[in-house]
Amino acid sequence: MLDLINVSYDTQIPNNVGLSSDKQVLKALEKWHPGYINWWNDLIPQKFQESLVYLRTAVSVDPKGWAKFDYVKMPDYRWGVLLAPQVEDRRIPCGEHYGQPAWQEVPGEYRSLLRRLIVIQGDTEPASVEQQRFLGLTAPSLYDLRNLFQVNVEEGRHLWAMVYLLHKYFGRDGREEADDLLRRQSGSEEAPRMLGAFNEETPDWLSFFMFTYFTDRDGKMQLESLAQSGFDPLSRTCRFMLTEEAHHMFVGETGVGRTIQRTCEAMVEAGIDDPYDTDRIRALGVIDLPTIQKKLNLHYTLSLDLFGQEVSTNAANAFNSGIKGRFMENRIDDDHKLNDATYDVWDFEDGKLVRKSVPALTAINMRLRDDYTKDAAGGVGRWNKIIEKTGVQFEMKLPHEAFHRQIGVFSGKTFAPDGTLVSGAEYDKGITEWLPTRADGDFIQSLMKPCTEPGKYASWIAAPKVGIDNKPGDFEYVKLHMA
Amino acid sequence: MNKPLKQHLIDPEICIRCYTCEMSCPVEAIQHDDNNVVVDASKCDFCMDCIPVCPTGSIDNWRVVAEPYSLEEQYEWMELPEQEEVASDTDGDDAGAVDDQIAALLAQAHSGAGGKAKAPATASKPTINMYNLGKPAEATVTGNYRLTEADSDSDVRLIILDMGAQPFPVLEGQSLGIIPPGTGDDGKAHLPRLYSVSSPRDGERPGYHNISLTVKREPNGLCSNYVCDLKVGDKVKVTGPFGATFLMPSDPEAHLMMICTGTGSAPFRAFTMRRQREYPSLKESLTLVFGARRPGELPYFGPLKKVPENFMAKLFAFSRQEGEPKAYVQDRLRTEGDRVLKLMQDPKGHIYICGLKAMEQGVEQALSDIARGAGLDWTSIRDEMRTDGRYHVETY
Repeated sequence: MLDLINVSYDTQIPNNVGLSSDKQVLKALEKWHPGYINWWNDLIPQKFQESLVYLRTAVSVDPKGWAKFDYVKMPDYRWGVLLAPQVEDRRIPCGEHYGQPAWQEVPGEYRSLLRRLIVIQGDTEPASVEQQRFLGLTAPSLYDLRNLFQVNVEEGRHLWAMVYLLHKYFGRDGREEADDLLRRQSGSEEAPRMLGAFNEETPDWLSFFMFTYFTDRDGKMQLESLAQSGFDPLSRTCRFMLTEEAHHMFVGETGVGRTIQRTCEAMVEAGIDDPYDTDRIRALGVIDLPTIQKKLNLHYTLSLDLFGQEVSTNAANAFNSGIKGRFMENRIDDDHKLNDATYDVWDFEDGKLVRKSVPALTAINMRLRDDYTKDAAGGVGRWNKIIEKTGVQFEMKLPHEAFHRQIGVFSGKTFAPDGTLVSGAEYDKGITEWLPTRADGDFIQSLMKPCTEPGKYASWIAAPKVGIDNKPGDFEYVKLHMA
Repeated sequence: MNKPLKQHLIDPEICIRCYTCEMSCPVEAIQHDDNNVVVDASKCDFCMDCIPVCPTGSIDNWRVVAEPYSLEEQYEWMELPEQEEVASDTDGDDAGAVDDQIAALLAQAHSGAGGKAKAPATASKPTINMYNLGKPAEATVTGNYRLTEADSDSDVRLIILDMGAQPFPVLEGQSLGIIPPGTGDDGKAHLPRLYSVSSPRDGERPGYHNISLTVKREPNGLCSNYVCDLKVGDKVKVTGPFGATFLMPSDPEAHLMMICTGTGSAPFRAFTMRRQREYPSLKESLTLVFGARRPGELPYFGPLKKVPENFMAKLFAFSRQEGEPKAYVQDRLRTEGDRVLKLMQDPKGHIYICGLKAMEQGVEQALSDIARGAGLDWTSIRDEMRTDGRYHVETY
């Protein structure tokens, strides 16, 4: 087994970083590789490992090369190390080193800061695969099963990307960190994943769609800010990862959209006008819209917590040192140093929510979170269009940022989804209307029946408008191995 | 009135606003606001770079329009407008749009080359778009021969068309359009289907003004069945010629490696005949890598065997030959890795790939592996060859 891996290793790992002539890194990755394969094999149920999945594989980083579709068994997926092409004469885009040539090696003074950022990013990638490990067993269609696996293998590839950076630029420390990325486990008592949101299990497909829409979008924003890094290898890595991340956003947005669509269609077919007629709607085998709104509230607010404190000196340091930029830094028209600029952040004064100007440098997290909210609102608008088209009277909303927060100025306070401060008693009373209850979860769980006939979908979700890679409706996206 | 044109649009209902297309557009034709991602018709040059990167498929939408939709209009859309009736003048303005459509189709067929296709430096200048839907040429069928063995379920045919007195200058590697008779469900005439010319520029028979096509009968293929059933004396409506890059170099020192399956052999038959007629004494200047299920299903297997091996090296790959292991064109490339490698590094080496889209990846992978085996980077070699007009892909 080991020999097999070693022999094919160099050709099995597509890379555009000259790995075959970089013996030291190659050796380090070779040592890491079997652990990764074991991790993957232990994680994904056996019958899926042996099934043929219609996956997109990057064979090169130019637009034509990174979306080749074919059937592969997941363990044979060509996980690779792919960096976006180097931009000639790239400059550090922000902070005190603004305008200086981008670093091709790790600057000594920022070594530990960079390593930490890379490790945190790297830790989320395998974590989400761990969270989603059992979803395959209840997939609502082969199409969705394929999308799940595409997300999974690409999260795996993103782990590779981070591990490459650790091995290549951080020596022994980096290798130890890379090993730890495989040692920690989502939800584990003794070695949990680093961020709270990544230790929760993804119990059902609606949660998965909400997760890919809201939580992966946080990942996208983090990647966007790392893509602006003055450390060029990190920037190039993240730029390429973003092209893959787009697919994850797609799975989330269309997954929630198709769920909503099916609910509305079923309501119209059954002649039910009242979206709150929960029992009758649920009896149709679909998820009622208020429950979907509750799931939205939960996942949006959990994801907001991932952005950290509104005012943060860590974030200021990362920006000022040129390690992390803002969303679309290169398109922002200012001095990119923020020495005198201010930014409005939420604060809490005399029992009231207020907007307060603070030095923009310290509000980097808040700004990224605002960009995130704006980005996330787009899809909610599309979902409402779907509802509108069917004639059902209901509107999905992003809750106020103050609602249900554990981190930042709002934490520990009882805000309603509309942003009003309510008493503890009112909050406890309202919470069953605002966040999914155990009974809601049980109901959703009861709908999670696998549907594995090509072209067929479970009762609670509509078929997609367009197939993956333009395939026809009854395309067999996963050839299930009958173990 | 403006000439109708084909406009590239994004379906706002399917798009998820990830902006990956915007990042990959080399001419900055794509932009967005909070609502939609839109394409500037005055900038889009149909390079197709944005098509494969889209995670949703929303990017692959086209409308023939008299007046392109403005950016402001596109920003307002909640859904894509229906294809409108485009006023068609009798002088064939409508057909101009069809030409653009064909140009886009060819651009897509050439997209496997990984960038903008370029003709070989020494290729003759092609004539394009002489005849269109509004003003087609009329050809007379003078031959229709089955090329595959009678017991094979693959029916590939050589069709010979006489162009009569009409000028129809065509170069090896170009295509022409055939308009099947009748109308579609919408009551409109069928659009032309493209076929590669499989005869050289001076005619299927030298000095005769005739052109041959190599056509495979497809189950339920409207046009392929029409063409395969043609009888001698039938009249056919033809458009074209089309294609300005998948051409052969005139330089006799250029070495051509031609990789194909099935009817992808059509342009290479033309290339070979051109070379044989022009430079019959050339040695080792052509290599053909040809794949089929069995020898009996390989079009031109008989005539090909008569081409001397030292004029053209022939590497066959059969995937369903009884008693033999399955072999695909990429396997043949690998076994002939040294030859391929030499050609890649030869400034006069040209690589042509023609056939079904499905072969592209395997071939690309084989070329990439061969290059890597010698410590070379295929992508940069390929890009250099392509910009130099020495790497050509036409796959459907």
